[in-house]
Formats: sequence, C-alpha cells, structure tokens
Amino acid sequence: MSKAILEMKGINKSFGSVSVLENVDFSLKEGEVHALVGGNGAGKSTLMKIMTGVYSLDSGEVFINGGKKNIQNTKDAKENGIAMIFQELSLVPTMSIAENIFLGEELTRNGFRDVAAMKKKSKEILNELGIFINPELKVNQLSVGMSQMIEIAKAISKNAKILILDEPTASLSDSETVQLFRIIKQLKENGVSMVYISHRMNEILSISDSVTILRDGKKVITDKIENMDLDKIISHLVGGETSQRKFEWVEREYDADGDLILKVDNLKINEKIQNISFGLTKGEILGIAGLMGSGRTEILETLFGIRRKLGGTVELMGKVVNIKNSEDAIKSGFALIPEDRRRQGLVLGHSVKSNAILPYLRKLLVGRTHLISEKASNELAKNDIKKLNIKTDSIHKKINLLSGGNQQKVVIAKWLNMNPKVMMLDEPTAGVDIGAKTEIIEIIRNFADEGKGVILVSSELTELLSVCDRIITMFDGKITASILRKNINSEEELQNAVQRN
Amino acid sequence: MQSKEISKSKLFFGSIEWNKYMVYIVFVIMFALFSIVLGDKGFLTQNNLINVLRQTAMISIMAVAGTFVIASGQIDLTVGAVAAMSAMIVSLVLQKTDSIFLALVCGLTLGISSGLINGILVTKFRIPPFLATMGMMSVIRGSAMWITNTAAVPIKNMTFNKVFGIGNIGGLPVLILWTILFYIVGVIIFNKTIFGRHTLAVGGNEVSAGYSGIKIDKIKIIVFLMSGVFAAFAGILYAGRMQAGRFSFGEGDEMSVIAAVVLGGTSMSGGTGSVVGALVGSILMGVINNALILAGLSSAQQTIVRGVIIVVAVVLSNLSQKQKR
Ligand SMILES: Nc1ncnc2c1ncn2[C@@H]1O[C@H](COP(=O)(O)OP(=O)(O)OP(=O)(O)O)[C@@H](O)[C@H]1O
Ligand SMILES: [Mg+2]
Repeated sequence: MSKAILEMKGINKSFGSVSVLENVDFSLKEGEVHALVGGNGAGKSTLMKIMTGVYSLDSGEVFINGGKKNIQNTKDAKENGIAMIFQELSLVPTMSIAENIFLGEELTRNGFRDVAAMKKKSKEILNELGIFINPELKVNQLSVGMSQMIEIAKAISKNAKILILDEPTASLSDSETVQLFRIIKQLKENGVSMVYISHRMNEILSISDSVTILRDGKKVITDKIENMDLDKIISHLVGGETSQRKFEWVEREYDADGDLILKVDNLKINEKIQNISFGLTKGEILGIAGLMGSGRTEILETLFGIRRKLGGTVELMGKVVNIKNSEDAIKSGFALIPEDRRRQGLVLGHSVKSNAILPYLRKLLVGRTHLISEKASNELAKNDIKKLNIKTDSIHKKINLLSGGNQQKVVIAKWLNMNPKVMMLDEPTAGVDIGAKTEIIEIIRNFADEGKGVILVSSELTELLSVCDRIITMFDGKITASILRKNINSEEELQNAVQRN
Repeated sequence: MQSKEISKSKLFFGSIEWNKYMVYIVFVIMFALFSIVLGDKGFLTQNNLINVLRQTAMISIMAVAGTFVIASGQIDLTVGAVAAMSAMIVSLVLQKTDSIFLALVCGLTLGISSGLINGILVTKFRIPPFLATMGMMSVIRGSAMWITNTAAVPIKNMTFNKVFGIGNIGGLPVLILWTILFYIVGVIIFNKTIFGRHTLAVGGNEVSAGYSGIKIDKIKIIVFLMSGVFAAFAGILYAGRMQAGRFSFGEGDEMSVIAAVVLGGTSMSGGTGSVVGALVGSILMGVINNALILAGLSSAQQTIVRGVIIVVAVVLSNLSQKQKR
C-alpha cells in the first residue's frame, strides 16, 4: 500500500451564502491517477482550486507528504510541487507559446529574460509530448485543442509532483486524447501523482487507478477502479436511481428521402477546405466526424456567416440563401452553438438571464414599444433553467460563476428559444455531465422530431453514434464518406473511416 | 504529424502582424508626402527636423511608460498634470534653494507619489483606471494652479536649464539625448525583463496571469509608478526648455501619449505593445503638427486635420488586423 502524498480533510467552502463543499475528504496516493467525478456544479473544480491556492478554504486541513500545509496562493502550491491544468484555459492569448509555458517562472541570464533558452526548452518539452510546433507562435493563432496541449506542457514544465487535470479532454479529439493518455502514463512512470477530472466515463475507467465521487458538494465514495463499473459510478453520481441514463442509439423515424431542408453545393471556404457538398433532410440529425483541423468547425462557421465563403451555393428549404453575416443567418433560420463557449458563446460578465435572452430580445418587447419586458425576460430565463436543469441559485448570477457544464446549457438554451430551422452544434456536450448530456441529446432528438434539421460536430465518436442518423467523415478539408448510422456496427468502424484519407 | 500541419498553415496566415508595422508604413508615407509638398517650405532642413524631435521629447518619454500602462490594460490620464506640477515644484525649489539635486528629488517624489496613489486606487480600491486617474488629473492640475496662484516661476539656474532643456552635447540637443536614454531603458525593460512579460500577461489575460503566480496588483502599481516618474521627468524637461515652471505645461499630453502609444501598435485592450512603436508614434504626431504649421493652416484647421489623420491611421492599422481572419 503506497502512502498518501496529499490529503484533504473536512474541507468546507461556501461562496457567499451558497455552500459548495461540505466536509469533503480527499486522499491522493503516491503515483496513482485518481479520478474525481461528479455532476456539473458538484464542486470538483472548487476542491482542486483550494488545493492550488486559487480559492481559500473556510475550514479543513491539507496535508502534503504527511505534513500539514497552509496553501495561500498559487506560488505556495508550486513550491509544494502542485500544478493544475484549469478547466478554463489559462493561457495569455497575446503571448507566444514559449512565453506562456514559462509565464511566472521565466529563465534568466544576467537578470534578463533568456529568450533563446526558453525557446529551446519549450521545444524540448513539446517534442517530448509529441507536439511539433513553433514555440514562437502566438497562442491566439492556435485551435482550442492545441491550446489545451500547450497548457499541459506548461504544467509539466514545472516538474510537478502532483498534477491536476480538470477536464483536459473536453476539447480534444479522440486521437489527441490517445496522445494525452500516453503522456499521463509516462508521467505516472516518472512518479507524478495525478487527479483526473472528466465527464467521460470510458476515459475514467481506462486511465484511473481509483475514483472519488462528489455529489452536491459532498463526498459519496472513494474506491479502487476495479471495484467500479459504469453503472455503479452513474448510480453514485445521480444518487441511487439507476434508471438507464446511458445513451444508446435508437433508430429514429424520419423520411430519409423527404424534402431537403438544407442543401450545400460545392462550398469553398479556403484553399484547403473546398468541394463541400451535402444535404440535410427534414427531421434528420447529421453528424460530422473528423480530426481536429479537418474543417468541421469552419463549415459550420461559414454556414452561419462568420466566415466568408469563396464559392458554392447554400439552399435553405429549396431557396438559395446568400448569408453574409450572422444576422442574415439567424434571420434565415440558422443557429450555431459554438465550440468555445467562453469566447464565442457567452458574455461572461453578464448574468444568466441576460445571456439567455440575448438573441431573443426582439420578441420580449412590451407591446409595440422598444422597451424590453422584465417580466417576459425573467419568465424566459426561469423557464430555460427548469427545462435544461441548469444549476444556479438565481437567474441574476453572473455566468462566469456557474460551473462549466451549466454555462454550456445556457448557450444551448439561448438558441433553442430562437426556434431555428437548422441547428448546428459544435461540440455541444464538451464538459457536460452525464445527466445533462442525456438531456441535451434528448433535446436534440425532440428538435429534429419537429421536422427540423440538426448538424452535430463532435470529437466524441460515442456521442455521434448515439444521436446521429447519418455521419459525414472529413479528412483534411474534404468530405471522405457519408454513412448511414444503421450501417455502422462499431465505434472502430467509424474511427477507421475518420482516419482514412 | 497533424500538429505540424497546423503550425505550418497558421504560420503562413498569421505570422505577419500588420498592425505592429503599420506605424512605420504610415510614417514613411507621411514623411515622403510632406517632403514633396512642403520641401520648399523648409520641412526637410536639418534645423526643422531636429526641432520636431526636441518638441516631441516630452511626449516621447511619457509614451515609454504609456506603453507599459496600456499594454497592461490600464490607462493613465494624469501624466500631463504630473508634468506641470513637477515643473512647478522644480522651479519653486530652484528659486528657494538653487539646489538642482533637491529640485530633482522633489519633482520625482511627486511622480512617485501620484503613481503610487493611482496604483492603489486601481488595485486596492478597485476603481476603474479611467476614473481614478481622471480624478487625480484634476487634483494635480488644480494644485499646480493653486501653488502660485497661476503665476509662472522663472528658473535662473543656467546649469539646470542647459542640462535639462536648452543645451547641446556634440551638436545634439540634450532633449534628444534624454529621449534616447529613456528609450534604451524602456526597450530593455519591456523586452528583456520578466517584469516586461508580466506586464503583457496582465493585460492579455489577467486571470491566467494570476493562475501563473504573477502578483497582478504589484505589476499594476509598478506600471503606474513608472508612468508617474516618467511624467515627472518630462515636467523637468518642460521646465528646463522653457526656463520656467508654468501650470499649463503638458495640457492635453495625456491624450497625445495615448494616441502615440496606440499608433505605435499597442492594443488599447492590453496584451500587446511596442516601445519603439510608441517612439515612432510620438514622432509621427510631431511631424504632422510641424507640417500643418509649415503648410500655413490656422490653429483651428490644424486641430481638425490632426484629428482626421489620427483616426485614419488607426483605421488603417485596424483594417490590416481584420484581414487576418
Ligand atoms: N467564484 C465563485 N463564486 C460563486 N459561486 C461559485 C464560484 N465558483 C464556483 N461557484 C459555484 O460553486 C459550485 C461548484 O462549482 P465547480 O466549478 O466546483 O463545479 P464542478 O464540479 O467543477 O462542475 P463542472 O463539471 O461543470 O465543471 C457551482 O454551483 C458554482 O456555481
Ligand atoms: Mg469544473
């Protein structure tokens, strides 16, 4: 039995009057990967932020290597060998990769920054992780997935003994996840102990040694992973009721040869992404699978008018539409739930309510005036919270204080209200807990059942397989196949299709 | 393998940061234009050009610190007032004691204290920098008027006047030499030191700077301190050049500094910046002012044209930024 490298005892934490953690114990053994599981808002990130000195605890004790420690800030945490990869990306977008990796602990020579050394060292760290990228690139030129890898590099560069990964795979594609797992295993061999937070159960079952489950700020159980399985974890998560919350594919009724709601012909976005043609039937859920950078997001963004198309036509309900900006797109009946909720989906400084009603304001006016009805707005927001089971103590709470998954639900709610004809979702369940995931999938199905169209981009093949009627695969900017869901027998089959050139 | 590809394509589209170079392009265009149009009015003479540099020395020096301020996502409206007050203090101390050393100490102390107060208002009392420094601007400018009841204070100490204003060394005016010195120091701090990177980090993403163990409040306070000290020094130069202290020195300088810094490629929202760009931005503004006078425009016309040119220059640099998408 190896000893505990880190122990947290009787941790309590509240924000204002809201209690977030109640008497939580947590123990991390040396050299293990310990999964921390719980619904959105259960308090996982908060517990870990206490450990890294971002938040202070109200009461409780923290021991590292048996010694009681008082971690006040991130510097203390670093000195104790703790590093964390935050759920909210924590890179400075205007600075280079190398500068970010060494932010806060720059290498110096004669009192000046040693740029060459930092560049060289960054390159080494990145290469070790199998990432070959110029460390002088600015972070705002990178995709979300790549930024995530840089974040990991940054944490590793600190030679941490304890590494906390808060939903590191939420925006990674499957192949990148594989790469990350390789890194995790390697770190484990080097003796690093890790806390791994994720909502993806198959990842947890495959990578972790033990698991702790939190529910509504309380610890439910800690156990070896061998003693757990998917059903057990889920039942602990939701609290007893073992109703089938796993999502399985059910063939949906829709007229596959019916009218097209959307027809995309020879769309050209840039030199790499072109010859994009596909149709979407009324009531159909179409999935787009592909590696990161294969052009999935770009297609959605172009249809939504955020990118300019260089050629090709888009027909909506048989009529050619010429969409120049997102306002045109919304008017014609498109909705886009974007990939990066914090940057694209939400106004972070605003309340849940103002975010939820933002695209809907025109329909919330008092009579014929131009004034917004408070009453109607409040009702709409409250309704959203109920419908999607959003966890917040009030509709007036600032959205950046909600847990990640709950923020995502607000983005979805916001667009559902608009009642679009074609709903496009880019990684809609990234960072969403199982319960909410099931709900979101249910919402997508119901929406399609009304005879509307859905386009779903997801890096999680399981998710695509559980909801889509048809899946398009993309490789390097081209569509490589279009397969009916009922003809796909296993995830491997789809995985192979995705990687085929 | 896939990541390699990304780096390649991103490199291709994104590596040229036009907005950073825009100021140089605009500068060259303007300069060429003025040379052609105003050549016969003496624009290109050595005398005129050196004169422009002398006149812009104070703005240039304040713009060094201004780059730090704006790159860290802050704003400092007190600089013009601090320059005036510092000039008043310096000339009063010289009048009473004739000690250059004491005068400098008192002038710079003013810069330190006002910078410190700004920093504390912004970090500890969480007042938005625009409001905090606007209030302080009023307080300081008012004090400069009050201290002598708006009367000017002449400086008789010629050593002071020569070293800090009207002298020459090896044919170059001291004002230009001071500017060069401040820029060397500024460029080194900004590009070479950890503090410089942390300034950018705070402006680029405050939250992540905090998560990385950077003391955000400390950085902000130092940045305001710097701004105060640099402005106080600019005031000393004003006093030396005019051989007097006057409450009206540096009026509107805060805006010129912001314009110069932003023209120079520093983003108003923080996170990017260039000290050398700020120098070119300041000189560009000086050149424009000078050209408008040479062209014989009335002061009303000058004000209008100057405004238009600044807006156009900023539009240009924004345009080139947008094309990236
Ligand atoms: N700074 C804060 N101020 C107020 N409330 C907060 C703050 N940070 C978190 N909370 C609240 O604390 C609760 C727990 O949040 P936390 O981020 O720890 O959840 P989580 O388990 O990480 O969820 P997720 O899986 O969605 O990331 C949430 O209800 C959230 O709204
Ligand atoms: Mg979380």
